[in-house]
Amino acid sequence: MIGMSMTITEKILAQHAGLEEVVPGQLITAKLDMVLANDVTAPVAVKEFVKFEVDSVFDRSKVALVLDHFTPNKDIASAEQSKQVREFARRHEIEHFYDVGKVGIEHCLLPEQGLTLPGDLIIGADSHTCTYGALGAFATGVGSTDLAAGLATGEAWFRVPESIKFVFHGTKFQPWVSGKDLILYVIGKIGVDGARYQAMEFTGEGISALSMDGRFTMCNMAIEAGAKNGIIAPDEKTFAYLEGRSKRPYTVYTSDPDAKYAQVFEFDVADIPLQVAFPHLPENTKSVQEASGVKIDQVVIGSCTNGRMEDLRMAAQILRGHKVHPHVRTLVFPGTQEIYRQAMHEGLIDTFIEAGVAVSTPTCGPCLGGHMGILAKGERALATTNRNFVGRMGHPESEVYLANPAVAAASAIRGQIAHPEEVV
Amino acid sequence: MIEGSVWKFGRDIDTDVIIAGRYCNIPDPKELAKHVFEDLDPTFASRFVPGDVIVADSNFGCGSSREVAPLCLKAAGVAAVAAPSFARIFYRNSINIGLPIFEIPDIAKFFEQGQKVRIDPATGLVTNLSTSQSFTAAPFPEFMEKIMAAGGLVNYASERLGGSKA
Repeated sequence: MIGMSMTITEKILAQHAGLEEVVPGQLITAKLDMVLANDVTAPVAVKEFVKFEVDSVFDRSKVALVLDHFTPNKDIASAEQSKQVREFARRHEIEHFYDVGKVGIEHCLLPEQGLTLPGDLIIGADSHTCTYGALGAFATGVGSTDLAAGLATGEAWFRVPESIKFVFHGTKFQPWVSGKDLILYVIGKIGVDGARYQAMEFTGEGISALSMDGRFTMCNMAIEAGAKNGIIAPDEKTFAYLEGRSKRPYTVYTSDPDAKYAQVFEFDVADIPLQVAFPHLPENTKSVQEASGVKIDQVVIGSCTNGRMEDLRMAAQILRGHKVHPHVRTLVFPGTQEIYRQAMHEGLIDTFIEAGVAVSTPTCGPCLGGHMGILAKGERALATTNRNFVGRMGHPESEVYLANPAVAAASAIRGQIAHPEEVV
Repeated sequence: MIEGSVWKFGRDIDTDVIIAGRYCNIPDPKELAKHVFEDLDPTFASRFVPGDVIVADSNFGCGSSREVAPLCLKAAGVAAVAAPSFARIFYRNSINIGLPIFEIPDIAKFFEQGQKVRIDPATGLVTNLSTSQSFTAAPFPEFMEKIMAAGGLVNYASERLGGSKA
């Protein structure tokens, strides 16, 4: 056999660094296929970009600027940030610039628009950039200065990460269990720094059985275990998803059978119950039964973690014919305009409104305590988002519990954390 | 030479508690610094003395990629952060913007709030002046030394571009 065995992550990094092979720990400089920033991180990046004194970005077709965090702008300071990014996008004729009316939550939007493809190397000034690993890409979050350097040079430096393999055996999922439960379960097992600096590779029959939406959710939350990236090798479901979306050729990489892993974890999906992460870390996971009865004031369904069609369908399936509890403000954030419209065509929006749910235009909004659903002192939310840190959704003495959309919908009806079977 | 009092933190200090999301639309680091660690301790910013040092437990800076987290620590006058480990985006951001960070196994066990610390950035030698114990930080990879020697990532990458600009 020629060459050494490599993981999918190592192969993508090697190819973009112009090397035959790479090993964990190696520092490389690699070419970028897509560079992403949003209304919160791009202004800082733009300020740093100017210092490069270059006339243009490295490739205006490989840059995405997405105004999704504090939009539609919540205040003057946020409006100023959006304005800066908008002006930069116009000046540099950025091809993939998304403003209000076209914008979606970045990590729902970019794959939907076919801007992130298998084999790509992507950096984004947003920690949840790791979402695109679900397509078999290497994607990782960086800060604004790294992003500025990427915008100017089309390159970034990386330390090749060790890989951890997570094998999910079987396909007999417990009822309502989704990608969210699988990833919360993993984070509960390994902790919020259990994969620090490393690649999380998800594989096995259980992953093959997951929808693309479920896979995006899993890779999205790799950062919550401290990982550099999450990744899933492309398969028939990936190719079906890309049909009609991809506008450029892409390369499919898979791990060699004898590739080296720092650790291997094996689970049977049948053993994984619905998960709830308690405040104030995503690793504080329990089964939904153990969380049952916790009173809540707000439910948020959406975000880059769970704002896709499968998520909205799952929530609507539970809410249909029910009313949300009078003490629970329930908010749904479709991830993109396309998702919003599809949900409308399927009658999901009707279901939500009939149930007493507020449906919003796509925004990151309350997930990061920005706007559109901020919690008061002592209030408690159950959210399908990704983080439950102190003060994440509002007052420092408020609390966020994390779960999947089915648990969120059931809990909205009951006024307390509930198993979907309690209401259907 | 860095010399100051220790401000002690636990493990998994996330960037949301360093600077809350609701302040991420403030462009001026000095303004941001007024809200540093506000959700953990609203009096922190007014009590912190520029030049003092943060000693924390593992995984400091986890969560969001917001570069304003190390930026506002720097603007608040945090002279250095020492911890057994840093979350990777925070680590990169700190190198890129010039916030001195030091990785030392178990360091949090050897410092209490308010003790005096001295750090020699050139050698990575960290001394607890209150107990006279010394520790050595893991050296940075040569590549990162180059970034720091160039005065940050912007300068380093500019040189790669062949620009004459600083």
